[in-house]
Amino acid sequence: MTILLFGITKDIVGSPTLSVPTASVTGRKIPKTVKELKQFLGETYPELNKLSSLAIAVNNSYAEDEQLINAYDEIALIPPVSGG
Amino acid sequence: MANRYIRQTNLQDFGEEGQKRLAHARVLVVGLGGLGIPVVQYLNAMGVGTLGLVDHDTVDIHNLQRQVLYSEADSGQSKLGVALKKLRNQNSETNLIPHDTFLTNKNALEIIKEYDVVVDATDNFPTRYLINDACIILNKPFVYGALHAFEGHVSVFNYRQGPTYRCLYPAMPAGNEVPNCDENGVLGVVPGIIGSLQALEVVKIITGIGEVLSGQLLIFNGLQQDHIKISFNSKSENRKIKALQPSYESLDCELAPSISNEEFLKIRASQDSLSIIDVRTVREFENSHLEEAHNIPLNTLALPADLFLENKPIYVICQSGKRSEKAVIELTKVYPKHTFYNILGGMNQMRTQTS
Repeated sequence: MTILLFGITKDIVGSPTLSVPTASVTGRKIPKTVKELKQFLGETYPELNKLSSLAIAVNNSYAEDEQLINAYDEIALIPPVSGG
Repeated sequence: MANRYIRQTNLQDFGEEGQKRLAHARVLVVGLGGLGIPVVQYLNAMGVGTLGLVDHDTVDIHNLQRQVLYSEADSGQSKLGVALKKLRNQNSETNLIPHDTFLTNKNALEIIKEYDVVVDATDNFPTRYLINDACIILNKPFVYGALHAFEGHVSVFNYRQGPTYRCLYPAMPAGNEVPNCDENGVLGVVPGIIGSLQALEVVKIITGIGEVLSGQLLIFNGLQQDHIKISFNSKSENRKIKALQPSYESLDCELAPSISNEEFLKIRASQDSLSIIDVRTVREFENSHLEEAHNIPLNTLALPADLFLENKPIYVICQSGKRSEKAVIELTKVYPKHTFYNILGGMNQMRTQTS
C-alpha cells in the first residue's frame, strides 16, 4: 500500500511517500480501515497524532474513518497548510 | 480603451459577455502577500470592475522574493497603500476599495457582504476559518489557496451550496501544530503559481466558463511539477453556521502578551531594575545573555520569589520568541496576578538591534 504525504506529514515522515506492508511480516496488525491506518502510522510517527485535522484520501477521494482499504489503494495524507 | 481586452474577448467561450460579467463583478481579496499579489494583479489587469483589498501589514524586505508587486523602495510602507498606487497605474478603470485593517470577527461580515466572490489569500488558520464561516453566513463562494514549502493547495469552497473548508478540515489546528511560511519557508515562485490558479477560479466563477474547482482540492507539487485532485463531499453540519465564533485566535496567541524588541530596549534603558527571565537552555544562556536576566530553562519553569519586584512586569526572552511565548502562557496560568511579556524576536533580534 503506497501512501503519498503532503504538507507537514511529509516533514514528519521525512519522505514524500511511505510504503505500508500488506502481509504481516512484522507481526503487527495490518490496517484494514482508514481509522486503523491512522493508528498504525501514529504508532510509528507519534507527531501525526498531534494534528487536529488530517484529511485522508483513498484513490483520490476524501475518506471517512470507517472506509475499508486494501493493498491496491493509493492513500494520501493531506493536513491543512496555512502559508500564503 | 475599446480594444483593451480584445485578446480575451476574442476567445469563443469568453467573449464580450465574459468581459461584461467581469466588469460588473465585485471581488474581495483578503491578504496582499504572496498569494494575494498575483490575484489582484491579474484580476485588475483582466478588468474585474470592483476589487476590494484587505491588509494592514507593511512591506518587509523579506517579502520581496515572492511578493513581486513591491519594490525595495516600498520597504516599511503599508502594503495596501503601495498596492493601490500600482494597481491604479495598471488599470485606471477598476474601482479599487481599500480596507485598511486585518479581517476580524468584528468587521468580516460588514466587509464581505458587499462582494460577490471572496479570495482567501491569507497566511494563517484563524483568518481562514473566519472567512469560511463568514462566507457561509453570507452565502458567498470563496477561492482558497494555501502553501507549504514547495507545495500549494487550491479549492473553491461554498460555491452553490458546495463543500466548505470545514468539510475538509473540521477543527482548526492549534497554534504550533502546523508551521507557517515565516517559520517553514516558501520558494518565491510557488505563491505566484497558486495565486494565479486562484485568480483563474475567480474568473470562472464570475463568467461561468469551464468547471469551477468546487468539491475538489488541487494539490500542486512544485518539486515534481505534478498535481493531484482530491474530491470531497459537503457535510450538512458545516453549512449550519449562523454566527461567527466569539474568537478565532488559537488560545496561544490570545494569552501571550508581547512586546517588541525595540520597545523592550527603551523600557530597559529607562529603568534601574527589571525582571527578565531567559528560558533557553543553560548552555545557550552561558553563550550569551542579557546582563540582568535570570536563566530558568523552559522545562524547569519555577520562579524564585525575589523575581517579583513590587508587582512590576516580568519580561521573558528566548532565542527567537517561540519558547518565551510558551513560557508566558504557562506563567500567566501559574501566576495570574502578575504580568508577563514575551519579548518578540528574542535574542536573535536583540543582536541586530544592539549591534
